Amino acid sequence: MTASEPLAVGELAVPHYHSAAGVHPPLDTPAYGSSRLRAPHQPLVPLPQRLTEITGPLLGAERVSASDADLTIGHAGEPLGERIVVCGRVLDSDGRPVPDTLIEIWQANASGRYAHAVDDHPAPLDPNFTGAGRCVTDSLGRYCFVTIKPGAYPWRNHHNAWRPAHIHFSLFGRAFTQRLVTQMYFPSDPLFPLDPIFNSIPDAAARQRLIAAFDIELTQPDWALGYRWDIVLRGRTATVFETGEGM
Amino acid sequence: MSLGISPSQTVGPFLAIGLPWPDGPFVVPLGTPDAIVIEGCVYDGAGQPVPDALVETWQADPASRFDHPDDPRGPAVPPAGFRGFGRSATDPAGNYRIVTLRPGPLPSLDGGTEAPHLDVSVFARGLLDRVVTRIYFSDEAEANTADPVLASIADAERRATLIAAAGDDRHFTFDIRLQGENETVFFDV
Repeated sequence: MTASEPLAVGELAVPHYHSAAGVHPPLDTPAYGSSRLRAPHQPLVPLPQRLTEITGPLLGAERVSASDADLTIGHAGEPLGERIVVCGRVLDSDGRPVPDTLIEIWQANASGRYAHAVDDHPAPLDPNFTGAGRCVTDSLGRYCFVTIKPGAYPWRNHHNAWRPAHIHFSLFGRAFTQRLVTQMYFPSDPLFPLDPIFNSIPDAAARQRLIAAFDIELTQPDWALGYRWDIVLRGRTATVFETGEGM
Repeated sequence: MSLGISPSQTVGPFLAIGLPWPDGPFVVPLGTPDAIVIEGCVYDGAGQPVPDALVETWQADPASRFDHPDDPRGPAVPPAGFRGFGRSATDPAGNYRIVTLRPGPLPSLDGGTEAPHLDVSVFARGLLDRVVTRIYFSDEAEANTADPVLASIADAERRATLIAAAGDDRHFTFDIRLQGENETVFFDV
């Protein structure tokens, strides 16, 4: 084993990411049936943030081509459904933009059917829609996707269970600590009060943060409705360590 | 300015549409000298394999460095083809597989040295947020003894859930048990 290089003697400023306590859903949420055999029973062990946690993969342009942000192209024809643009910014909780960060999305088609072998919902597949996209935020943290508004769909969680329409989002931020996978919802969905996944978020105000806003400014005449959705990752402060001999 | 953090939601059962990459499991390209393989199975609380999980890893390079601006030791040149990040969806039998290089030990910011390790995120239907764990190596016993994170776990049996077992030919086995008997230690980061 090679010895690790010691840290420089003196003052060392490294980021520390704010706690997200109380924001995320508890893993153990019995109303969500799939959590019953998968949520850990033991309490989580606190992991102080060190080098592995304050760094992370800076994946960017090399993983994306320009057409990846438009889910309506790349097939023989146009997909069915309501064409939309979904645009916004990725920020941290101190309001700083998160630039050059990879966003990956996936979703059902306009009928509420995923292009996946496990999805047996009797709604039609669309040969012109796969439902996967990716992009990288620009220098101001902005992103934009063109897609089709996904449909609501039934699932087997409980009797007559339906998921509100949503798009899955995956984000990296700039550190392992900021990694986030979540779902974006559409305004005024009547299924919100009935959905155990949406309602697994304990704080009502935090739930609202997952709902995009219709935006006439983003709406493109004769082409597509516009939705705006900003995503907020954990912010950070600089923590100063006094490092000395022997470290 | 303080903004509310966006809450997590489950990846759901259809993550395979959007997240796996053909090169995801390869932190280094296949055939890289000294590459190791870390593989294992993800189990649920009934002991059944989880065929719809995603396992992601993040780690230092063999020289203990991160190719990242917040590494206070300054710029590092990673080994050729080394991405630091791995991503493997589980197969129908619940198995994942990562091809990488052994990470070096790390200076801990609060003194001491962290033993070689990978940070791990597990995503799956049924998990409303990712769960985070760490992979350490069974053939680093001395370094593991001095590791501050392992030392924070008093119960030896629980601590053992974080150690990948060295096998033949640079293969390591690291199973992940989400719930129940021998439940893997998961961290609040």
